[in-house]
Amino acid sequence: MQFTDAKLLPDASSCSLDSERTLYPYVTGTSVVAFKYRDGILMAADMGGSYGSTLRYKTVERIKPIGQHSLLGASGEISDFQEILRYLDELILYDNMWDDGNSLGPKEVHNYLTRVMYNRRNKFNPLWNSLVLGGVKNGQKYLGMVSMIGVNFEDNHVATGFGNHLARPILRDEWNENLSFEDGVKLLEKCMRVLLYRDRSAVNKLQIAKITEEGATIFPPYSLKTFWGFEAYKNPTIGAEGSW
Amino acid sequence: MSKAVVDLPPKGGFSFDLCRRNDMLAKKGVNPPSFRKTGTTIVGLIFQDGVILGADTRATEGPIVCDKNCEKIHYMAPNIYCCGAGTAADTEAVTDMVSSQLQLHRYHTGRESRVVTALTLLKRHLFSYQGHVQAALVLGGVDVTGPHLHTIYPHGSTDTLPYATMGSGSLAAMAVFESKYKEGLTRDEGIQLVAEAICSGIFNDLGSGSNVDICVITKGHKDYLRNHLLPNPRTYISEKGYPFPKKIEVLLTKITPLKEKVEIIEAGDAMEE
Repeated sequence: MQFTDAKLLPDASSCSLDSERTLYPYVTGTSVVAFKYRDGILMAADMGGSYGSTLRYKTVERIKPIGQHSLLGASGEISDFQEILRYLDELILYDNMWDDGNSLGPKEVHNYLTRVMYNRRNKFNPLWNSLVLGGVKNGQKYLGMVSMIGVNFEDNHVATGFGNHLARPILRDEWNENLSFEDGVKLLEKCMRVLLYRDRSAVNKLQIAKITEEGATIFPPYSLKTFWGFEAYKNPTIGAEGSW
Repeated sequence: MSKAVVDLPPKGGFSFDLCRRNDMLAKKGVNPPSFRKTGTTIVGLIFQDGVILGADTRATEGPIVCDKNCEKIHYMAPNIYCCGAGTAADTEAVTDMVSSQLQLHRYHTGRESRVVTALTLLKRHLFSYQGHVQAALVLGGVDVTGPHLHTIYPHGSTDTLPYATMGSGSLAAMAVFESKYKEGLTRDEGIQLVAEAICSGIFNDLGSGSNVDICVITKGHKDYLRNHLLPNPRTYISEKGYPFPKKIEVLLTKITPLKEKVEIIEAGDAMEE
């Protein structure tokens, strides 16, 4: 007697097509924080690439300049970020080949990224990233975000991942349109310090990048000072013996 | 041979009897009703002379705000107060229960209650229920040993901290604390910082909203500032008013002022001695 083997029926989880789509992220970057300031956009991200709960890579540059007018910062799967950089490379290359004096601005790059992310998500094979795209073209500042499911929007200050919960409340209170560069960096450092204290995948090695009409500058990495000297931390359970 | 049915005394703790039935029902699509949660931002901090506790006042039932102005800072003892986040029934019941136990303990010992007593009673209770009593608490008070601030998680673990936040708005509030807290704050600075942290939760978290409640506890004295800040006033009121259509005839108008009929007892916390 022959029984039809139920396992021969097409079943998404058992066929090999599973290996051809992203199911989980492996090497991930944590939050990116960015906002508009007087002369352009300021963006900051730390340099950590976590492999699950291990801090595997500590020199991952998660902010890259795109063309002449934009900066791209990414959190999430690092390999997908590198793939996106290749796509954008090709895009900028073709744009340069036209040699028509026009160059793709941040709005155009943002739109391109939105289309890419959304189409990948529709094929159930997403690029597992949250992207922050900032730039200045013809005096117009632009700052936008695209998530892995294709949600995109434009705002004066954006953050990805934990930055949404920890940094955006601070930015909503303390951001204003006419921040100077020094004030902007101070505000960014404030946000990154809170993230360093309260995000488990944060590393104390961050890079700040700015983009203005003149061009993009990514500053060399440095670390933030942290404060652990509270009296209460020295002997926390002095009043409650046995607890912690 | 007769089977003797041994009647064991109830051992306390959670009874898992109905879990299989609930699982079976859930598989069939019958889900239990959602609880009234207090979404919430609750915070506490230690300042120069004592402890300041703060809370928002929104209670949610799923996506609906069921109480716009509830009280989340619960009385435990004259010198100890406790903020509660999580399931409203759980926080109320557990703080009420421990408050009564503390009262009995005060009668027994003849001394002022200590914060660690409340802490231990709460954590023992919550641990024995293995996290099913979903109460996340910020407990603060001043006793003979000084000011204390503790956080208690639903599974029964506790932390002793100089500043603490709990609830869905805890990250927004913690962002404010981490950037602005320093030791030795004065009373006004402390109140200002707590109010700022709660406002951060109110405006950045959807589970928190409405008003800010604050409680300042110092040695021998406490200040319960109910609705210290009202940052969400009802601003739009229709100018046209709400007139009835003219067809409705008023047959009789009789106004009975109720104040004369009811004896008003002097306002005061009925629980306090």
